[in-house]
Amino acid sequence: MGVGIEVESLNAWFGATQALQDIGMRIAPNHATAIIGPSGCGKSTFVRCLNRMHETLPETRVTGKVRIGEMEVYGDGTPAVLVRRQVGMVFQKPNPFPAMSIYDNVAAGLKLNGFRDRRKLDEIVERSLRMAALWDEVKDALKKKSGASLSGGQQQRLCIARALAVEPNVLLMDEPASALDPISTGKIEDLIFQLKENYTIVIVTHNMQQAARVAEFTGFFLLGRLIEFAKTEKIFTNPSDKRTEDYITGRFG
Amino acid sequence: MRTRFQQGLDELREKLLKMGGMAEQAVDRACQAYRERDLSLCHRVLENESQINAAERDIDGVALDLLAMQQPMAIDLRFILAVVKINADLERVGDQAVNIAERVMDMMELPPAELPVDVPRMASAASAMVQRALESFIEGKAELAQAVLEMDNVVDRMRDEAFISLVRTMNQNPAVTRQALDALLIARNLERVADHATNIAEDVIFWVRGADVRHSFGIQSTLGGAS
Repeated sequence: MGVGIEVESLNAWFGATQALQDIGMRIAPNHATAIIGPSGCGKSTFVRCLNRMHETLPETRVTGKVRIGEMEVYGDGTPAVLVRRQVGMVFQKPNPFPAMSIYDNVAAGLKLNGFRDRRKLDEIVERSLRMAALWDEVKDALKKKSGASLSGGQQQRLCIARALAVEPNVLLMDEPASALDPISTGKIEDLIFQLKENYTIVIVTHNMQQAARVAEFTGFFLLGRLIEFAKTEKIFTNPSDKRTEDYITGRFG
Repeated sequence: MRTRFQQGLDELREKLLKMGGMAEQAVDRACQAYRERDLSLCHRVLENESQINAAERDIDGVALDLLAMQQPMAIDLRFILAVVKINADLERVGDQAVNIAERVMDMMELPPAELPVDVPRMASAASAMVQRALESFIEGKAELAQAVLEMDNVVDRMRDEAFISLVRTMNQNPAVTRQALDALLIARNLERVADHATNIAEDVIFWVRGADVRHSFGIQSTLGGAS
């Protein structure tokens, strides 16, 4: 099941440059939340702070609190690896392991964690591929075809299956469909809709229509600050802040 | 700044204002025809209806294109929805003017009768509502639109009074029943014009404030009166 995310006074830096300023947000469990805003507003940095990916870059720093379910993401005793196992991530450009088979791509995370039960592994791979709506298209060539042999849209769903295989509670998606054609985009969006039943989803997108289609809540970021966070219908029909309105109506950004 | 989109919105606004002018003029002409028993004015109202209908289709076409091609959001989306609805109301205002002109033409085939109804007064009240509703659209001011909502009760009351006194006239003097019936229908048409003006004002409030005030004015004023 998905869990809620609570963000409190979150700040993030790249060297001396502050990328996020005092972000507070409560993300509802089992819903999709979209993060929108112009390039450089901090939206990707924000999601990368949710699973401690931000700190993997040199000279970065984070302060503030992120709580995912019961887990203090930046708590003293919380290992980053544990956080990332609970918070899966899908990136803009599909990045399957090119030399591995489809099966091994999905099983990679589990194998890395020392999982060896063959039969259980088969089950998890099938379940993950089914949840990612890819099973029917690849079931006959699971071990014959490589991840790289799939189309772009299939590769992205493979990456989603890979993220789901380690049974996270939260799925972060950073522009998951921006490199895909409309058909594949539609499939990913349908998938997001289904995945909400079991996961909490945070999706960064430049495509406002996409945010409107898939997310129940939307946050608008500008210059590292969260300007407005509300139900998606409210943001796209009657936002409270002038800056949100100017952005979504295309008057700047 | 999305220049082409902005041009599209400006175009829509101008077309709607032109349409509003035509609808308003049609009502004024029909009422002038009533006052002056002028057949040629009636004919002009009937002839101009096709222009209003063409304008309605034109505006819907521009609005549909903007929705499909520009994916408007927030205040722009509300503006386009409001324009589409105001457009339909203005077309109906034009229809009411045609109905009035037809009643006037019918009355002119009959001997003039003294009737206990002040059609010109009712016409100027309804016409003022349309005019102010359009002003609130031009200015984008919800306060102006709000004032229009408050005027609707006045016209409703005039229609009710006309109904009572005209029915009495028909009973007391059956010889003028047809003229009284025509006047009654005109009063009803004018009351409908006022209703369309109210709808327009509500759509302006929706566009400007993002608030849906339809069907709530009576409730609010009742609550306000009780407190």
